Amino acid sequence: MTDGSRYVPAVRPGSQPAARREPANLGDILERVLDRGVVIAGDIRVNLLDIELLTIKLRLVIASVDTAKEMGIDWWEHDPWLTGDSKALQDENRRLRARLDALESGDRHD
Amino acid sequence: MTDTATYLYAVTRSEPSDEIEGLRGVAGTEVRTIACEDLLAYVSTVSLDDFGAEPLRRSMEDLDWLGETAGAHHHVVEEVADRTPVAPVRLVTVYRGDDQVKALLRDRHDDFVDVLSNVTGRREWGVKAYVDLSAPGPTQTAPSLGGPGTAYLKRRQAGLRSREDAWRQAAAHAERLHETLSSVAVASHRHRAQDPELSGRKEAMLLNGAYLVESSRDDEFLKTVDDLRDRGVEIELTGPWAPYSFTDLEVRGDG
Repeated sequence: MTDGSRYVPAVRPGSQPAARREPANLGDILERVLDRGVVIAGDIRVNLLDIELLTIKLRLVIASVDTAKEMGIDWWEHDPWLTGDSKALQDENRRLRARLDALESGDRHD
Repeated sequence: MTDTATYLYAVTRSEPSDEIEGLRGVAGTEVRTIACEDLLAYVSTVSLDDFGAEPLRRSMEDLDWLGETAGAHHHVVEEVADRTPVAPVRLVTVYRGDDQVKALLRDRHDDFVDVLSNVTGRREWGVKAYVDLSAPGPTQTAPSLGGPGTAYLKRRQAGLRSREDAWRQAAAHAERLHETLSSVAVASHRHRAQDPELSGRKEAMLLNGAYLVESSRDDEFLKTVDDLRDRGVEIELTGPWAPYSFTDLEVRGDG
């Protein structure tokens, strides 16, 4: 892999920021030049969707998921709170409410 | 004689003082400009042997080639951004020739002007937040009621729970960080978290944010970043960047 440390964003003249700054890594640059920026169709049709799926997703994103899974931290995949999966959360609430109703009606003796 | 094409890096408003002499772009090519009305495109002439559809399909899978080309593209964008507000164009946007680039500047003129006025006087900062998940959580030695097996299971359960709690707390913290930083920025965008291999760090990345900040508020933004450091989450700042994350022409205009 190419050494990312070469690509340090230029410091604009006249800026004296106080905060500590890190050099950009290759990932920082790739995610900007590939994922962001003005997206217009050139004449040379490169199926960037394929490339994004293959190169970016497979090698970078999936790699991170695999690494995490190897480390045994994959529970967030099923955690609606973190995945933002409100549908799963709603389903779960509905199930719980139904159970509560069933329990309450079963408990009523009088 | 090989066929050539025109590789587009970025678009700016044309200024009389745009000097980019000696600037090299992808594959070592010389960067030049194409003017159309009040817009200026930064381009270079590339060989279709390297930048035709078929060669590109193969090259884009080669991380070394990709890294080098992305670096060269980025270098041109940064050099231009040092001089004037810029709308960076996505990597490997290639046209048959200069006429097609001129047509693009003409057809999408208003969209480019919109994007450029949106980023004028503003810069992009990157803020990443990391948390060390391998760090052991607080180990509580609960009174062992059962045998050693039960005690082990309880410890293990507590360990898992504290790791989940650590994740939850860290994720909630990242959310607050993003909110705080966004409040000083004109616009914000959360990139996907990077793999440790890519970030070069063993800690997990919780936040990978980009913030478009008014230059007059840079100091305030940087101070905000510093104030947020060291609360169990490590913060990394990059930039200033050309406004890559805030030039969404596709969404803004419909050409």
